[in-house]
This record gives sequence, C-alpha cells and structure tokens, in this order.
Amino acid sequence: MKGGDGSIWLWRLAPFVSIGLLLVGWEWLARSGVFTPFQLPAFSVVVQRIWEQAQSGDLFINVGLTLYRSLVGFLIAAVAGVIVGVGMWRNAGIRWFFDPLISVGFPMPKIAFLPIVILWLGLYDVTKISMIVLDAIFPVITATLIGVRNVDRELIWSARNLGTREGELMRQIILPAAMPMIFTGLQVALPIAMIVAVVCEMLMGGYGIGGAMMTASRFANSAGVFAGIVEIAVVGFVLVKAMAFIRRRLLAWHPESLEPSTV
Amino acid sequence: MTDATAPAPSPAGAVTGALIRGLTRYAPLIILAVLWEVVARLGLVSGSSLPALSSVAAAWVDLLRSGDLLANTWASLYRGGAGLALAIVIGTALGVFMAWSRPVNALIGPIVELFYPMPKSALIPVTVIWLGFGDGSKILLIFLGCMLPVTIGAFNGARSADRTLVWSARSLGAGRLRMLRDVVLPSALPELLGGIRTALALTFILLVSSELIVARAGLGYLIGYLGADGNYESMFAVVLTVAFLGFAADRLYQMFAARVLRWQQ
Repeated sequence: MKGGDGSIWLWRLAPFVSIGLLLVGWEWLARSGVFTPFQLPAFSVVVQRIWEQAQSGDLFINVGLTLYRSLVGFLIAAVAGVIVGVGMWRNAGIRWFFDPLISVGFPMPKIAFLPIVILWLGLYDVTKISMIVLDAIFPVITATLIGVRNVDRELIWSARNLGTREGELMRQIILPAAMPMIFTGLQVALPIAMIVAVVCEMLMGGYGIGGAMMTASRFANSAGVFAGIVEIAVVGFVLVKAMAFIRRRLLAWHPESLEPSTV
Repeated sequence: MTDATAPAPSPAGAVTGALIRGLTRYAPLIILAVLWEVVARLGLVSGSSLPALSSVAAAWVDLLRSGDLLANTWASLYRGGAGLALAIVIGTALGVFMAWSRPVNALIGPIVELFYPMPKSALIPVTVIWLGFGDGSKILLIFLGCMLPVTIGAFNGARSADRTLVWSARSLGAGRLRMLRDVVLPSALPELLGGIRTALALTFILLVSSELIVARAGLGYLIGYLGADGNYESMFAVVLTVAFLGFAADRLYQMFAARVLRWQQ
C-alpha cells in the first residue's frame, strides 16, 4: 500500500472514493426500483432512522449496552486468559488439566451452549457476559502460552542473576516480553466478543443492538434492521482500529509492532 | 497379548503406549465427565438443569434411531458446506485479484477493511429479509460472513509471493495465467489455508446462531426446539453433537492443511 510515485495523495484518497461509491451505489440501487424498500431501504432512509434513534436516545442505550457487554466480557476473558496461560506455563498440574480442555474447547462452536447457559443463569446480562467470556478466552490463553514460552531464556537468567524476585520477574520481564503475542490474542478475541454479544442479544431480546434488530425484523421494519447493521459495523470498525492504535502505542518499543497488521 | 510387550517395540506395544499416553493426556476430560455423572446422580443439582451424562447418551441414541438427528445434521452440514465453499472460491478469487492489480485493491480494499471487523452475526436478520427462513438465507449468511477472512488470507499470501520467483517465471516466458497457477497461488497457500481455518470456525458459529434464531430445520433449530419443549436430555445431546462436529471439522481440516503444505518443508 506504500505509494512510491508522486501521486501518493491520490492513493490516499482512494478509500474515501471507494466507500463513497459504495454508499452512492446503495442509494441508487434502492431508488432504482429493482428492490422493494422492504428488501433494500435507501441509505438516506437508514441514516434518517439512525438520527431518529439518536434523538429519542435509543441509539445510545442500545449501542452503550452492546459495548458494555462486549467490553466487560472481553476484559474478563483477557485477564483470566492471561492468568490461565501463565499458570499453564509455570505449573505442570495446571497445564495437565487445561491442555485437553483447550485443544478440544477452542475449535468447538461454543455458541451452541447458549441454551444451556440460559437454562442455568437465566435471561440476564450475566448469561450474555458468560457466553462472551467462554468464547473470547481461548485465543487469549493460547496466545499467552505461546508468548511466555518464547521469552528469551537469557533474559530470565540475567534478571534472576541480578537478583530479581519472582513477582517482579513476571511484571518486569516475562509479561512485557510476551506482550506482542498476548496482544495479538486480544486482537483476535475482541471481534469474537462482539459477534457473541450480538447473537446473545438477538436470541434473548431486550435492549442492545442485536435485540433492537430482532424487534425491527419482527415488525418488518427493514430500515431498523439496516440501521442496526450500520451501527454495529461502525462500532466494530472503531473498536478494531482502537485496538490497533493501542498496540502501536503500547508496543512502540517492539520492532514487529510497527509493521502493519492484517487489517 | 502379554508377550507383545517384549523389549523390541512391537506394533501392539506401540499401540498400548499411545493408548496410555492418550489416556493421561485426556484424563481431565474423563474426570470432568465422571464428575458430571456423579453430581447429577447424587442430585446435587436439579435434573432439569443438568441431566446425567448417561441419560444424555441414551437420549442421543434415541435421537439417532428416530432419524431426527441425522436429518437435521444433514440440513446443517449442507448449508455450512455450500456457504463455505462459495466463500472459499469467491473469497480466494477476490483476494488474489486485489493482490494482482493496484486499482482493484484501491477500490475494493477499503470496503474489505470496513466490513472485516463487523460482527458477522449482525447479518442474520438481513439475510432473512432477503431470502426468507430456509436454506438460502443461511447459505448467504455463511458466504458473506466467511468470505472476508478467506479474501484477506489470499491477499496477504499472494502479495507476499516471492518477487524473485515472479521475475524468474516471467523471464522464463510464463504467461499471466500460468504464473497465477504455478507461482502466485502456491506461495499464497499457507496464509490462504489459515484464512480458511478461521472461516471454518465462523461457519459453525454463524450456522448454529442463525438456526437458533430463525430456522425450521438444522441442529441449531433442534436445540431450540428441544429446549423449548423442556426435553433437556435431548437438548444436551444435540449441543454436544454440534460441539463435537465443530471440533472434528477443525481437526480434519488441520490434517488436510498439513498434507497440502508438505512440499513446503
């Protein structure tokens, strides 16, 4: 994506052009009469719907609740995942216990367990957040494990040699050295947390973007459904970009972190 | 069998060794399963929130005999397979095309980047609006949800194709199509296969969620139906079946990917 020629600014402009074309194309297609307004409401109609939601305050309640659930679940998964990952590295017993659970549990579609978790915990936020933790924790654990395993032995030896105590060794040496890998795990976990949050809201109803979309869909209000898609796309995009930004800030000392990530 | 464990490593001895190693490795799962059975049998939790593992197994056999399990598994696998296959074909083509041509990348790249982080489950109600409650909406959902990880895998892989390889192929007179087939695609393969693995996991998530939310057939539908009916033994049986299918699909795929990439060693 690096332009070597003189027209760099033209390539810089390209994203706006292409997204602008997408929106104009959407508007034009919707107005051309090929699709009914139910199948494809015009972009302007959808924007108007979002504006109405913003004025009534529903927008902030729904987006706020979805964000709150995703982020709380994500944070719990992040902290617990790092703790389990480090524990598995340091203690053979913990490793023996968690290793098969992870190798079997990671590739499973955990969302299938949602009806069971609803049965146990009811239709509350605690169910949604538990599901998010259950899904988002696996990439964090495996990334942490790989990260701490690959910490340079010599770093640990020299720190020990200089009289660093175990707790300090963890905080000062091992976790920072494993951070790039752990952060990659977190970057995988965050979109998963949002996918699960939206599915849980759709299935369990109530407030939140997912719940609002299902309500709109039940009333054949397709502008409401598309408004939900636009909202969730914006929220997802902002969160993923924010993570990439934090990564660059936090890991500025690490050479690899300066390379562009996949997205 | 006793003299099979002679000093020389006989095949039977190797099998026993592998069995013991496997048992030690997966012992935590067996312990959890036993604990589940004991907790349920002793009545420490109510039977409706945790039916005993043995009754879940019995319910699974019943579901298999009645044909419900097979019919719904088939419905789910058909949807998942069709959606994923479409995503792989079109996603790969799009990714390679983006790596191949700078204007295409400038035009499509930002759209891919915009939609890639979107929680794909948000598309469930839209696909229902477009195609209704049947197979079509699930296939479209899985196709749309799984295409971008494949595209990004193919794009990153094809872009990183070794420049010197591309130049030598060109100087040896390879045409554009031959170069695509013999140089670019093989070098894109490792990243592409990684993208497809992500897509495979997404397939199961989207399949089960969309079937739980709106469907008249499929494993997700069966779970919701049995749960609403209060038939919890059977519901647990189907949930475990789905979990196992997801796990088995990933394992099989990894074996396949390792085979395909053997030339890389």
